[in-house]
Amino acid sequence: MAETPANMGLRLAVPRGALLTETLDLLDRIGIDTAPVRENDRRLLFAEQGIITMRPSDVPTYVEAGAADLGITGKDVLMEQSERAIYELADLGYGRCTMVVASQAGVDPAADALRRLGVVRIATKYPRIATRHFHESGRQAEVVEVKGSVELAPLTGLVDAIVDLTATGTTLRENGLVVREQIAECTARLIANPVADKLKATAIDTLVSRISA
Amino acid sequence: MSDRTPNGTRDVLPDEMRELRALMTRMREVFERGGYGEVYTPALEYERAAARGEATRASSPYRLFDEHGNVLVLRSDMTVPIARMVASRFRAAPTPLRFCYFAHIFQGVRPRRGQSRELLQAGVELIGAPGPQGTVEALTLLCDALEAAGLERFKVGLGDVTLYPTLLRSLGVDARDSETILGELALGDFVGVERELARLRMPDADAELLLRVPRMRGGSELLEGLNGPLHDAGTGMRELLGMLEPRTASRVIFDFGLVHSLGYYTGAIFQVYDPAYGMPLGGGGRYDDLLAEFGRPLPAVGFGLDVERVHIALRAEERKRG
Repeated sequence: MAETPANMGLRLAVPRGALLTETLDLLDRIGIDTAPVRENDRRLLFAEQGIITMRPSDVPTYVEAGAADLGITGKDVLMEQSERAIYELADLGYGRCTMVVASQAGVDPAADALRRLGVVRIATKYPRIATRHFHESGRQAEVVEVKGSVELAPLTGLVDAIVDLTATGTTLRENGLVVREQIAECTARLIANPVADKLKATAIDTLVSRISA
Repeated sequence: MSDRTPNGTRDVLPDEMRELRALMTRMREVFERGGYGEVYTPALEYERAAARGEATRASSPYRLFDEHGNVLVLRSDMTVPIARMVASRFRAAPTPLRFCYFAHIFQGVRPRRGQSRELLQAGVELIGAPGPQGTVEALTLLCDALEAAGLERFKVGLGDVTLYPTLLRSLGVDARDSETILGELALGDFVGVERELARLRMPDADAELLLRVPRMRGGSELLEGLNGPLHDAGTGMRELLGMLEPRTASRVIFDFGLVHSLGYYTGAIFQVYDPAYGMPLGGGGRYDDLLAEFGRPLPAVGFGLDVERVHIALRAEERKRG
């Protein structure tokens, strides 16, 4: 059966990057033909299939505005953009990662900074998650947002520790960093636009039940 | 910096203003025909008046002092000011009282959302008319106003704020856990609802029911065969549906997961959806306890529409029609 979101009247936002392969595998399993997406690395809009592809962090933006009815993205993205008015419908289970605080091995420079300076400097791509985590645990933190490899920041003295997502911990280890705290477990999530969720309830429920089966 | 407007506010120029005016004129005709006279209340209220309705809702984010040191707030909705007005200016007037308004309200903005601080709301308050008759009148007026505005494809989601809390209580969930679960539901986080239910280690059938009910939304088929703790809610909604004219009934979808962030709602609540716009265009519901806070206990119902969103949806519908 070559069922697609399009002929169910839906448009689905699919994340490129680390979650792409498992997302397409999931769609294949529930009978949605993803061959065109797999074959076209550069195309973004697959109107025939009702699939659009984008960076994971853009998925909530499209879904909130209703430019996509449904989307798949990581819980890390949803935590960082927690103000988005979207529905989180299902935990898809794959893409499991942990949001952690990490610093250089040995005596924890973060703890030392907190004790002696009263404030810890943190580099991260997730400034809001980092800010919230330190605030909720009663510690003052100065959060530095970086766009590229976060691991570099503590090695060069820019910061005392980092907040980042890790799957296996390999990259951290290779850069001499150790996990100090776990903030949250993150997996891929299915999200929906709240208006589409009401007006296209039957199609969305059908898709969700197939995904959850 | 002085040459631009504050974040979340904007200027409206003649072409847009003409369209907004025309839209509001068409809605106002519907309201006036229904006996809803237009009122305007001050943008500024004393904090202590505004606070009465705010026991459980987000308070106005803008406060200032007057020359005597009184704290004033910019109104964050029109329902509370109209409740104050009714209790003071219509102390002994016969009920029901019917008012409509077209006014700006002010709200806090969440970062990165491009949200408005100042938004133009069109709405009505029907005071002294209990449910279900009052609710039917408000729903009918809501749909007629949206049709007069020119929208063709909108739907009104109808729910009841007491439905899910009642269900939680009847299944033995205590007040604190209920609040946590309702909080997840208000955020639209169904994964969070499932996680919290799993934490409570309740019988599978109960957890399954609590997970399924907020996902129940659709036509009147939803109201069939409701039993146990859902029996009363189903009966209430069926009665309401039976009292609606077909033109209004055809616009209604039932939504058992509808929750509202405004704390003063006490029963039926509604939310307006249009497939041409990704966010609700407005909403409303019954607030049978609010007037008592101002010393004139009366059942009441009302709704408010975001005029700019109605305008955006109208344009999108028109473009789709070509």
